[in-house]
Amino acid sequence: MAGYAWRSAVSCVVAALKNETLQSRGFIRGMKTVTLIPGDGIGPEISAAVMKIFEAAKVPIQWEERNVTAIQGPGGKWMIPPGAKQSMNKTKIGLKGPLETPIAAGHPSTNLLLRKTFDLFANVRPCVSIEGYDTPYTDVNLVTIRENTEGEYSGIEHTIVDGVVQSIKLITEQASQRIAEYAFEYAKNNQRSSVTAVHKANIMRMSDGLFLRKCREAAEKHKDVKFTEMYLDTVCLNMVRDPTQFDVLLMPNLYGDILSDLCAGLIGGLGVTPSGNIGANGVAIFESVHGTAPDIAGKDLANPTALLLSAIMMLRHMGLHGHAQKIQTACFNTIQDKKVLTKDLGGSSKCSEFTEAICQRVQDMD
Amino acid sequence: MAAHSAVLSFSKTINPLWGRHLGNTVKVFGTTLTSNRNKTFYPRDNIPPPAKYGGRHTVTLIPGDGIGPELLNHVREVFRFSCVPVDFEVVNVNSALEAEDDINNAITAIRRNGVALKGNIETNHTMPSSVKSRNNLLRTSLDLYANVMHCQSLPGVQTRHKNIDIMIIRENTEGEYSSLEHESVSGVVESLKIITRNNSLRIAEYAFQLAREKGRRRVTAVHKANIMKLADGLFLQCCREVASGFPDITFDSMIVDNTTMQLVSKPHQFDVMVMPNLYGNVVSNVCAGLVGGPGLVPGANYGRGYAVFETATRNTGKSVAGKNIANPTAMLLASCMMLDHLKLYDYATLIRNAVLTTMNETRLHTADLGGQGTTSEVVQSIMRIIQSKGQLTAEI
Repeated sequence: MAGYAWRSAVSCVVAALKNETLQSRGFIRGMKTVTLIPGDGIGPEISAAVMKIFEAAKVPIQWEERNVTAIQGPGGKWMIPPGAKQSMNKTKIGLKGPLETPIAAGHPSTNLLLRKTFDLFANVRPCVSIEGYDTPYTDVNLVTIRENTEGEYSGIEHTIVDGVVQSIKLITEQASQRIAEYAFEYAKNNQRSSVTAVHKANIMRMSDGLFLRKCREAAEKHKDVKFTEMYLDTVCLNMVRDPTQFDVLLMPNLYGDILSDLCAGLIGGLGVTPSGNIGANGVAIFESVHGTAPDIAGKDLANPTALLLSAIMMLRHMGLHGHAQKIQTACFNTIQDKKVLTKDLGGSSKCSEFTEAICQRVQDMD
Repeated sequence: MAAHSAVLSFSKTINPLWGRHLGNTVKVFGTTLTSNRNKTFYPRDNIPPPAKYGGRHTVTLIPGDGIGPELLNHVREVFRFSCVPVDFEVVNVNSALEAEDDINNAITAIRRNGVALKGNIETNHTMPSSVKSRNNLLRTSLDLYANVMHCQSLPGVQTRHKNIDIMIIRENTEGEYSSLEHESVSGVVESLKIITRNNSLRIAEYAFQLAREKGRRRVTAVHKANIMKLADGLFLQCCREVASGFPDITFDSMIVDNTTMQLVSKPHQFDVMVMPNLYGNVVSNVCAGLVGGPGLVPGANYGRGYAVFETATRNTGKSVAGKNIANPTAMLLASCMMLDHLKLYDYATLIRNAVLTTMNETRLHTADLGGQGTTSEVVQSIMRIIQSKGQLTAEI
């Protein structure tokens, strides 16, 4: 059952308890600072909800709020405001709400800018079935790791002649190696037993062939983690029939985009899926992947679960496993109880009521 | 042809760096530029070749690898038993060879007969990348531009979602499957995805015509035009243009990642879907999984003069080959689609009904449906049902 997820979570705690004494010394000395980007639409209210829950759980974190709306730099190039950039580089950890890019803004999407500025090469999405929020798929417990910088999304397109367009998919040795190494490290650090590389090397022989070669090389260096490779269509076919057979999925950009959203759909949608982006210089930004929902913004109707689960992922990344477990238990118990649920989870409560219920549970646990 | 060479020389002069790539692209798609520009499309008038003397048709049979040979043997058994007036011309393709003679023989045979039934040919990707996928080569040489798959929930098969009925039309020749790749710098590989206006218009036209024919109300185009603005943008634009000529059919579009999310949570909102090659691969496999798996859904590839029938998900099924546990339903339903194409409707209905009746028997379900039945038991049951209908049959 979902005890599987509990077991892996508990084993995370057990593994971390061994390190906690060392780390807690560091935290007693001072609070850890995290850059908070509330975002647009429902962003501010769900960020406030997360801050409230963290306060109730007495998590040793202080928040540094920043705005990342793109501004035009000296050369006319669009960039992230320097204050935000400085803060991120100092704290190395960020929590981000949903961002909006207005259509006639003239600048590229803010998410893209963030990705380029901090070289966020890996997008990690753990998909675990939530007890109490029923979907046709139970017992889902997998992680999708997607290469986030190149592949089909390189943005290089040309019109050759009128009516013929070519789009270039770029695969480089360096990026493939980096993401493969990261996937195996992640599997080891999170007690995951196997990594599956997803590809289409029967059709895209050279590009996916290169990606696959790098994955195989990384697998050689990490023999304690099982490595398999599977065609994209086979993964899709088997995923909708039996998602329990998958553990960690490693893939290039486009397949990652499609599959990570497919897995999010299995557990209930983007409103309950956490996500983390890992960058090159130790920077990690955790985010909620749903939209800004402008129609319910400011009405206290939003569901903070996605941002909360991403914040919990952030806590685990920082080593604060005890607090992470406590908040996660409180959150899942509240959802399972079904008494105070927001509209998208099937209830009729407000965001503040949902947040309050979780805070209450967290405080009761102490 | 003049336009073809003009474009080639133009491309070489404007930019020597891109000239080579443009040249490649034009060589592959040059013919579509010149020959089809002034013709109107009638994609649905695939007239099958007429029957020979004696009323018998000849169909090319390509056994392929894995479970292909055994399943196609069962098809032949059922056809022989039901006295179907079809003779098979078997062409073997050895996927282990680097030379392309085998597949060229198969293509010639299909050109001769006009219709084929095939198993999947394995692609060994440890071979050098100049050895292209045989299946892909077949599709592009014969210009089988439309891949059609009809996903229907079967009453006897347990699935998480019930009553699914989705038609998927997938562009079958270009897109990401253009096999145009090169390593410009060591360690950097580029793969080209080609979208052309002609092919996009053609597949959209096919989709809408098919929807109208089958009485379908809605066509959804699946794309990723927010990221691939030019390529998928062109595809979407072509779909919209064609949609304006079919006011009785609603047209909408959806981004591919949202589509997969919607398919696993609310699949009943989809009716007919049209999309480029790679997204077609993903969506058709997701839908096949939703209705019960690779052993149940047949697929068809249609071109201007040819039709090739196979299982929808194109698996070689190496792990179940030779063990008598593969599910023959998909291949048998594909052969029924072929009989429909040859206008042998009575035989098609006879065999199809027998297959579907057998699928409702849970005790005959094969391993992929969670049962213990063997392939031979399923085929025997189908033949018994055909016999009970009172038509002319051979001995079992």
